Amino acid sequence: MLAYIVRRLLWTPVLLALAAFFVFMMGTWAPGDPAELRLGNRATPERIERERERLGLDDPFPVRYVLYVADALRGDFGESYHYQGKPVLEIIAPKLWVSLQLNLAALIVAVAVGLPLGFYAAKKQGTGKDPAIVITMLILYAMPVFFTAPFLILFFAVNLHWVPAAGWGGFFSSQIVLPALTIGIPGAAVFVRHMRASTLEVIGQEYVRTARAKGMSNFVVNYRHVARNALLPILTIMGFTLAGMFGGSLIVELIYGIPGAGRLSLDAIFQRDFPVLTAFVLLGAAMLVLANLLIDIAYTIVDPRIRLQ
Amino acid sequence: MTSIADIEATELDQIKPKGFWRGVWSRFRKRRLAFSGLIIITFIYMLGILAPVIQTHDYRETDLRNTQQGPSAEHWLGTDRAGRDLYTRVVWGIQTTVIITVTSFITGSLLLGVSIGLVAGYFRGWIDAVIMRVGEVISVFPDILLIILLAATLRPRIVEFARNIEDSTGISGLVSSGIVDYFVIGVALLPLSWFGMMRLVRGQVLVMREAEYVEAARAMGTSTPRILFRHILPNVVSPVIVSVSFGIGAIALSEVVLSFFGLGVQPPRPSLGVMIGDVTARGGASVSVLRDHPEQLLSPIIVVWLLIFCWNIVGDALNDVLNPRAR
Repeated sequence: MLAYIVRRLLWTPVLLALAAFFVFMMGTWAPGDPAELRLGNRATPERIERERERLGLDDPFPVRYVLYVADALRGDFGESYHYQGKPVLEIIAPKLWVSLQLNLAALIVAVAVGLPLGFYAAKKQGTGKDPAIVITMLILYAMPVFFTAPFLILFFAVNLHWVPAAGWGGFFSSQIVLPALTIGIPGAAVFVRHMRASTLEVIGQEYVRTARAKGMSNFVVNYRHVARNALLPILTIMGFTLAGMFGGSLIVELIYGIPGAGRLSLDAIFQRDFPVLTAFVLLGAAMLVLANLLIDIAYTIVDPRIRLQ
Repeated sequence: MTSIADIEATELDQIKPKGFWRGVWSRFRKRRLAFSGLIIITFIYMLGILAPVIQTHDYRETDLRNTQQGPSAEHWLGTDRAGRDLYTRVVWGIQTTVIITVTSFITGSLLLGVSIGLVAGYFRGWIDAVIMRVGEVISVFPDILLIILLAATLRPRIVEFARNIEDSTGISGLVSSGIVDYFVIGVALLPLSWFGMMRLVRGQVLVMREAEYVEAARAMGTSTPRILFRHILPNVVSPVIVSVSFGIGAIALSEVVLSFFGLGVQPPRPSLGVMIGDVTARGGASVSVLRDHPEQLLSPIIVVWLLIFCWNIVGDALNDVLNPRAR
């Protein structure tokens, strides 16, 4: 167990370094000269030459990469090409924080809707309710955000005036409701699917029958014996789901006008602001890797049957 | 007088041995929802393939006196801001989806994913380790972001390359025909399509290679390629089919997202993503379009919605039908 965690922790930096290498390579391969991008098209060739030297763009690729990683380890991700003179970290950190809050809210929606519904569907297997829930969730899952987002805005903000239509006001403002729903509903569909499957598996177990035979109340059997054990495998997909939602929040942030990381990374791609992009990918990947590691460790604690090797 | 054994014998005679695939097909057909899903998919794909025949206008043709019209006899689904016929553009957009899903499923999932999975699972050792680590690095990135990054970076290079070919060989229209766009999208989608498939195949092969019949084949001196393709591959076909039917929806959606951002298919060629991006001004005007001209937004979206939904229910049903153990 400890050896496993150590090995994972040792591998993580290597993984991140390789991922950084990939993005870094894309950056150097992308068309356009960063020095020219920074100085605009009226710069003289001499100035561009000097800028290239200052940025170290003429150094061989491996040298630049190693220097970059060394700086990154100290928390210095370089300067943005687009927002001149601003350290990358200063640009990214607030946006990443916004996206994190948004996706956390979405995860809460997904879990709060998905888990009970999945459990309920499994309990109602054999009746019409089970397939009805499954199909409804599949329809919602397949619903493109290009439709969900404007539809929710039109219905709840424009027609009913329940919540603001767009913008960003932090985790506790009502503006977060619609985007969180937009991202959370397809996420809920994923949870329904897994929760249903895992509940069905547990329901058939003998200890559940024993518990019933002992005369335990329905409530206790359902929640202590079935739901608790059915929840275990759900933990492992939590990380994946969060990652998937992070990708999905890209378009959602665009439509709702939320100043988050999705928006930032899109702008960075179009402006060829590779220092920002590289840092963003690195930080995002690092969070993902660590989240998955924490989930794996948590899993062994909640379910002692699992032994990691 | 007939004995019980006789009855059983005659009844057994009447039961014709069914092949595996016939059994799968008959079980699949009994699932009404999934079966109708398959019919809808076939119908949508036919629309795309037959686009040149069933179009009512030209997809580039603008009619500036009839812009933003609702559905009519002349324009079945109405017209967009430039007065282009929505029905025609949807049908051609579907053709783009058909081309992208089919090509990237063949190149990414089948050729790359399956073959690398076979190699990794069968040979194990350092090859397997390297492949798995590469895959791990790729899966660190959020899917859509990686695809957008690849498309944005590769497009100028690939277009430049195609222009060079055009200049040096005299073949013209390589770029304008849209083949280059498809190539860019196909390459950008590779990381999405190969790793999942590869891991799936690898897992199956790891189990299969220990099976007694494979050991027997090895003992008889069967060559490695023959073991891989004749003895192991047929046994991993079922999970591959299931994974493909789940994956195609994701591929179709990725193309839509790429084209929505202007990184996929380039105008004038229509794509469902281009249409959605056009009418909503890259997302900003989504609400007003949905309120004032819902047909412009909904025509491409409903097709995407239906496709993803249907591929999912078909995948679900195939999963049940092909894996009898899971039933």
